[in-house]
Amino acid sequence: MFASISLALGAIFNLMGSGHYIHWGFVQISVANLLVIVLMVVTFFAAILIPFRHKSGGKS
Amino acid sequence: MTTTHDAPPAYEPLPEDADLWTAKIRRKLVRALPPDRMVPDRQPAYLSSWIYIFGALTMSALAVVIITGTLLALEGPAWWHLSTVGLFVNSLHLWSVELFFFFMVIHLWGKFFMAAWRGNRTLTWMTGVITFMASIGAGLTGYLSQTNFESQWIATQAKDGINAIGAGAFFNVLNFGQMLMWHIMILPLAVVALTVLHILLVRTKGIVPPFEIASPEGGAHADATAETAGGEG
Repeated sequence: MFASISLALGAIFNLMGSGHYIHWGFVQISVANLLVIVLMVVTFFAAILIPFRHKSGGKS
Repeated sequence: MTTTHDAPPAYEPLPEDADLWTAKIRRKLVRALPPDRMVPDRQPAYLSSWIYIFGALTMSALAVVIITGTLLALEGPAWWHLSTVGLFVNSLHLWSVELFFFFMVIHLWGKFFMAAWRGNRTLTWMTGVITFMASIGAGLTGYLSQTNFESQWIATQAKDGINAIGAGAFFNVLNFGQMLMWHIMILPLAVVALTVLHILLVRTKGIVPPFEIASPEGGAHADATAETAGGEG
């Protein structure tokens, strides 16, 4: 069971190959790190923009 | 309801014990950390935004980091490299650290743009900054403690950087025993102790109000202190 799940996930994400990098002048960043930064920025703006719904009954 | 016949709070000593050092310490603790502020039932209305949940999310991720790290320390490298359960716990340790930093960075961005050091909250901000730096050290020494080729590669690459800042004489990334001790003893203690201090400061000083409802001193106006039930966020 565990081995089959590992195999399925491994087929989606090939972690055995060499990493992918983006070069821009002297800036070099791995695609994985860039993806994490983009996700953090998206989550930050989502946290500000998405309305927070709280249960009724509070005083506010 | 208060009457003159109410019993004194349980933390108040008997009159003849009032000068004992235990009573003095207890009084100071209760004054510095009022119990009603430590675990409040209601929060200010301005906390009704998702941006306020990232501190609690960071703490939750830290709890998983500490629990999985303790399991890894109990079982050792052969377990986390070779057994399926060990590999799973090792992965949980890595991904909880990823989430810890992910949430902590968003918490940092949110607090930075709120200028969360307002209203005599400098120490709260600075304990957060130092916790962040200690966490980066814990992350680096964690990579060095994996006991695989990656940790050897990182150690040989990091040594020049550490030597360049002049720390190599007492922080030797090629010394596996030293790095492991930093990773499982010194830095976790520092991160957890600083986090506890940070949270106590947040609770005693209160969570910084948004700009538009803050008074010049950084406190909240009365209309902003209407409370909403529930925990943080």
